[in-house]
Amino acid sequence: MSDYKLHLLVCGGTGCKASQSELIYENLKKEIGNEGLSDFAQVVRTGCFGFCEKGPIVKIIPDNTFYTQVKPEDAKEIVAEHIVKGRKVERLLYTDPVAKKTAGSTREIGFYKKQVRIALRNCGIIDPENIGEYISRDGYEALGKVLTELSPADTIKIIKDSGLRGRGGAGFPTGLKWELAAKSPGNEKYVVCNADEGDPGAFMDRSILEGDPHTVIEAMAICGYCIGADKGLVYIRAEYPLAIERLKTAIKQAREYGLLGNNILGSKFSFDIELRYGAGAFVCGEETALIHSMEGGRGEPTLKPPFPAVSGYLGKPTNVNNVETFANIPVILTKGAEWFSSIGTEKSKGTKVFALAGKINNVGLIEVPMGITLREVIFEIGGGIKNGKKFKAVQTGGPSGGCLTEKHLNIPIEYETLVAAGSMMGSGGMIVMDEDDCMVDFAKFFLEFSVEESCGKCTPCRIGNKRLHELLDRICKGNGAPEDIDRLINLSYVIKDTALCGLGQASPNPVLSTLEHFRHEYDAHIIDKKCPAGVCKALMTYEIVPENCVGCTACARACPVGAITGERKQIHKIDPKLCIKCGACLERCKFNAVIVN
Amino acid sequence: MSNIKVELKKNQVDKIKEICKSFNNNPGELINALHKVQSTFGYLPAEVQEVVSQEMDVPLSKVYGVVTFYSFFSMIPKGKYPISICTGTACYVRGAETVLQEFKKELGIEVGETTADGKFSIGCLRCVGACGLAPVVMVGEKTYGRVSPEMVKDIIKEYNE
Repeated sequence: MSDYKLHLLVCGGTGCKASQSELIYENLKKEIGNEGLSDFAQVVRTGCFGFCEKGPIVKIIPDNTFYTQVKPEDAKEIVAEHIVKGRKVERLLYTDPVAKKTAGSTREIGFYKKQVRIALRNCGIIDPENIGEYISRDGYEALGKVLTELSPADTIKIIKDSGLRGRGGAGFPTGLKWELAAKSPGNEKYVVCNADEGDPGAFMDRSILEGDPHTVIEAMAICGYCIGADKGLVYIRAEYPLAIERLKTAIKQAREYGLLGNNILGSKFSFDIELRYGAGAFVCGEETALIHSMEGGRGEPTLKPPFPAVSGYLGKPTNVNNVETFANIPVILTKGAEWFSSIGTEKSKGTKVFALAGKINNVGLIEVPMGITLREVIFEIGGGIKNGKKFKAVQTGGPSGGCLTEKHLNIPIEYETLVAAGSMMGSGGMIVMDEDDCMVDFAKFFLEFSVEESCGKCTPCRIGNKRLHELLDRICKGNGAPEDIDRLINLSYVIKDTALCGLGQASPNPVLSTLEHFRHEYDAHIIDKKCPAGVCKALMTYEIVPENCVGCTACARACPVGAITGERKQIHKIDPKLCIKCGACLERCKFNAVIVN
Repeated sequence: MSNIKVELKKNQVDKIKEICKSFNNNPGELINALHKVQSTFGYLPAEVQEVVSQEMDVPLSKVYGVVTFYSFFSMIPKGKYPISICTGTACYVRGAETVLQEFKKELGIEVGETTADGKFSIGCLRCVGACGLAPVVMVGEKTYGRVSPEMVKDIIKEYNE
């Protein structure tokens, strides 16, 4: 970011791109050119700002003005008013939903106040397609330092001292993982970056790769130096075309700058990176499955040990870390282990990126220090529940995580506390549910996911999850029996104890956690044959309130199956045996005479 | 493997061979090669898999095993405008299911099927990572955000003109 006085940062992440941010970028450039200000103000296409709910976003620095939900045609006004005359465009400023006040700069926005950005430090600030901008923000300084001043063992010690743990799910200490791979005998070793972000609702890895691809390249090279590998592989989802493009560009630039390739920075160390594409299989996030997929086969997991550190890709020692873990490495090495370990809690150091989604006001990507409470995340950063509804539960850890409730809102977010509460950190998805969500239906949704994504290798996961899904489906349709609860619990524990890989072992978690915290909803479905949230169609009945019915016949004409009878100006009636519960009558009635029970 | 018999022309076989060769016929690159072949042909019918199997020296059973394992690969041709509805958690919570039902109703096909005129096909995908725009629908490369069942007719109309 050179001599320009003003920088207009336009979000170029997948979310904002889908709402025409590319056109905003073009229009801003054109307007700045028209005003003859091309030497004064620069338009930059950056990675994700995280505040996807309010996208597309345009941020102007140095004054930190934050324009939300910008349209391509707003470019003219932004340039004419803000850039030329120095007046902020009030109507595009972020308005706090509670205080009803507009925020002049990002510092005044609740969504950003409690965030600490380490892994996302460059996202939304630099142009990811320009290596110069990464370098100007201390990029590749850590690699230079490591290659010239530190031995592999010294470097691993710093990572160990920092307390960094894997951000992909299980939370294994990263330094220790590197040490194991470093100590494994062999001349041929591999560094693998797991970018197969399969958890629906989690998109932090995608955002890092789209917004700051060089940080991953730098960290992989450092890892290669530490464990003695000269080859790195990124296993990335084919569903992320933009991330793939930006990563390819970044690798090319790094090669041109001599930061990848032979004798990096004049040292004896050589390292290069290749891409391998996933093809849509959730189980490939598991490291042994991922390795089999990279070898060109079906992504089926195998028993550990042997761990990849001993026998991984092509049978050689391999170190697998996920994108977010790697994104922390360069900063730890430039700022020191002590600085990193001062953030967070005793056992969980540093920060964690979470993807907030679901029934929450501020959907987006956030990075917070470990130890923050769920309440702070959901109600302060997330801005509370959409449409003023009541909070019901939050699902953490993706499809195989658990649901946490009101009573968990004050627990600090750490690897151990989440597991103790019956959920897990996982990759950092956080799906918020409100009073309108049915927890039995939700558990069924996740089981459906596990059934579809089970690789089929081991019986407990392949057949067990299918049976769990059938039981839940039966309950949602109103055919559940009281014994089904015990069946669900028993089967869940059998799967947990006997499935081959982490995916299978964790797949019954949604069932167990909803059973523990929302047993009454299961009982309502099974015993009263009612769905309290009004989600399970089979348990709903449509009725006409005689007092409100004026006999206009609108509902009878709308009914596709002829279940409604009644003469003009007479009270109508719904035959529950014929009714298919499509809701057409409810939509059509202007007199609030149709109700759902 | 599939009921539809596909006759490959010589230039098509050559194209597949060329792609396999660009990966040095290395069995470890099978998935990358299949990605490339599928993006050229649109899908991976049995006959195409046979050529890949011979070229890369991987048993046909293994190629078939890989093609059927990964949801990204398809053995039936997709429509000219493939419609993908995100059924990830964030989209599900914000009503993706009703959007999916509406697409099925409007087009008269099920998930995984293609309309008789070959124009549209419906598929589900798990999370494109644009959860801020949930529910999300993709038609080809174009992303539609905050889709409601009412918008479905208009989206289809865009491609019917």
